[in-house]
Amino acid sequence: MSSGDADVLLEGKGISKRFGGLHALVDVSFSIRRGEIYGLIGPNGAGKTSLFNVLTGIYEQDAGTFTFDGEPLVGTASHDVAKRGIARTFQNIRLFANLSALENVMIGRHVRTRAGVVGAIVRDARTQAEEAAIEERAYRLLEYVGVARRANDLAKHLAYGDQRRLEIARALATEPKLLALDEPAAGMNATETSGLRKLLEDIRRDGTTILLIEHDMKLVMSVCDRVLVLDYGRKIAEGSAADVQRDPKVISAYLGGEIALAPANRA
Amino acid sequence: MTLLELKDLATRNVHSARGDRRFAWVGVVLIAAALAILPFALASIGTAWVRITNLAILYVLLSLGLNIVVGFAGLLDLGYIAFYAVGAYAYALLASPHFNLHLPFWVILPIGAGLACIFGVLLGAPTLKLRGDYLAIVTLGFGEIIRIFLNNLSQPVNITNGPQGVTLIDPFRIGTFNFARTETLLGMTFSGPIKYYYFLVLLVIVIIVINLRLQDSRIGRAWEAIREDEVAARAMGINTRNMKLLAFAMGASFGGVSGGVFSATQGFISPESFVLVESIMVLSMVVLGGMGNIWGVILGAILLSFAPEVLRYTVEPVQRALFGRMIIEPEVIRMLLFGLALVLMMLFRPAGILPSAVRKRELERRKETP
Repeated sequence: MSSGDADVLLEGKGISKRFGGLHALVDVSFSIRRGEIYGLIGPNGAGKTSLFNVLTGIYEQDAGTFTFDGEPLVGTASHDVAKRGIARTFQNIRLFANLSALENVMIGRHVRTRAGVVGAIVRDARTQAEEAAIEERAYRLLEYVGVARRANDLAKHLAYGDQRRLEIARALATEPKLLALDEPAAGMNATETSGLRKLLEDIRRDGTTILLIEHDMKLVMSVCDRVLVLDYGRKIAEGSAADVQRDPKVISAYLGGEIALAPANRA
Repeated sequence: MTLLELKDLATRNVHSARGDRRFAWVGVVLIAAALAILPFALASIGTAWVRITNLAILYVLLSLGLNIVVGFAGLLDLGYIAFYAVGAYAYALLASPHFNLHLPFWVILPIGAGLACIFGVLLGAPTLKLRGDYLAIVTLGFGEIIRIFLNNLSQPVNITNGPQGVTLIDPFRIGTFNFARTETLLGMTFSGPIKYYYFLVLLVIVIIVINLRLQDSRIGRAWEAIREDEVAARAMGINTRNMKLLAFAMGASFGGVSGGVFSATQGFISPESFVLVESIMVLSMVVLGGMGNIWGVILGAILLSFAPEVLRYTVEPVQRALFGRMIIEPEVIRMLLFGLALVLMMLFRPAGILPSAVRKRELERRKETP
């Protein structure tokens, strides 16, 4: 089955998640190809963040499987998911507020470095070299996302847009194959959003696949190769941005019920 | 005074790449000289003050250990004194007539540290999912359980000798060199407490270096990440379970070592030395000084362990001079002032006397070289 799917990075099959009586996700299947920007949209409460949380091991799905990079991703703890190569940001920014911007990104290097207690205390040559490399790389990443000038400031003192960028830098520090962004443009003005679009395109160009939850339709439609649309936990469409935009089910989900369907049918 | 110099030195060390390394060395030499002379200055006032200083250094050790758990990893621990007790009893039972064992201290201290470390993991393992007040309650219970065990493990087999405690504990000995004996060398008198003082100063320097290096390392950053946001830490690939257990284990082992030294310097221990108030005292030192800042924690420990002694010697004369008689007992006024100090601190310096500052890193250098 996965023979012809060498270009598929992440495949979700029949993912379901229930919270008590609420069906947050019902039998959702999708696949993300290497090197694409894959959008995940849907009205509020459609299950987008739930899908993120299930994928990154914060919750465990009730049914369904993920296949990541050719291998299953089942019941894996959050930190193992990061190790496998999926890094994420959070809808409500979750930085390490009382640490400097640089340290935030340095923590992202944790999973790709090895120094233990003994190394930390003895500070042998290898640990020192590793520390220097961590700092160097973290700084480069801050430059990459454009907040290097705030490297030594506490994360909580950064401007909102910079915090979003810092969170992306921290996620990139784990060397992800898939970067999962949960509403990175939320609360951004038009200039900031267009800056973000450029950043996303840079990240993709440099070889990282992106999964993007976003409410800003202009951004989604301009940057995403393909889009998955959820509504009430169910997949209602998957396809190119242009196709999805014209899908009557999608229009109805966003504009609500039959009223929206009527003009679409007439067209 | 010494401590301010130390703090000064610390900040200077952080910026050392910028230049004045030579200046830092002068500071180190000055501090070393001050620390070397201090016990003789204190002994001239009274040997009691050397003992008080030794106890203060033990509290510094304890606070630094607790700071790993509370300050770095953000896990509120109200039963920390239990690890001190484990270390103290390990030493007492292995170096006293109680079991007629007399192992040398350099064997027992690591055993005590290891044992405390195991107890740290035992406490950590069931509390991994707890935070804040819930964790505080469980750790408080743990501390009490250890004390109650020590109180009651005299039956059916007498292990701890119950509330009577263990007496005639061996002092430190290296060959024929006995830490408890007074010796004269080059015309200077080295009393027992002065010898222990030097040992404690060396120990505290080692522990400070370990703490500084741990904090500024991959491990220390992982702890701080857990303190700041556990969910995000896990999403960054940090194994929060192992890192929390490591914090508990490291903190506990420092407590265990301090306990061993406490045993040897006192010569007698009983469960009464390890009550809840002691845990709270150590926690207050950490909070008052500045959680997470090593220099702040040291300052907090020194202030809070010296304050009662200073008051003991000043409250009575001051009152007699002012009112002609004693109105308030020193013990009462001590708790009063202690409470007042904590309230004032929470109002005016909620992050501690020396709050932890951002660690500025040298980035200019890199910007210059393209």
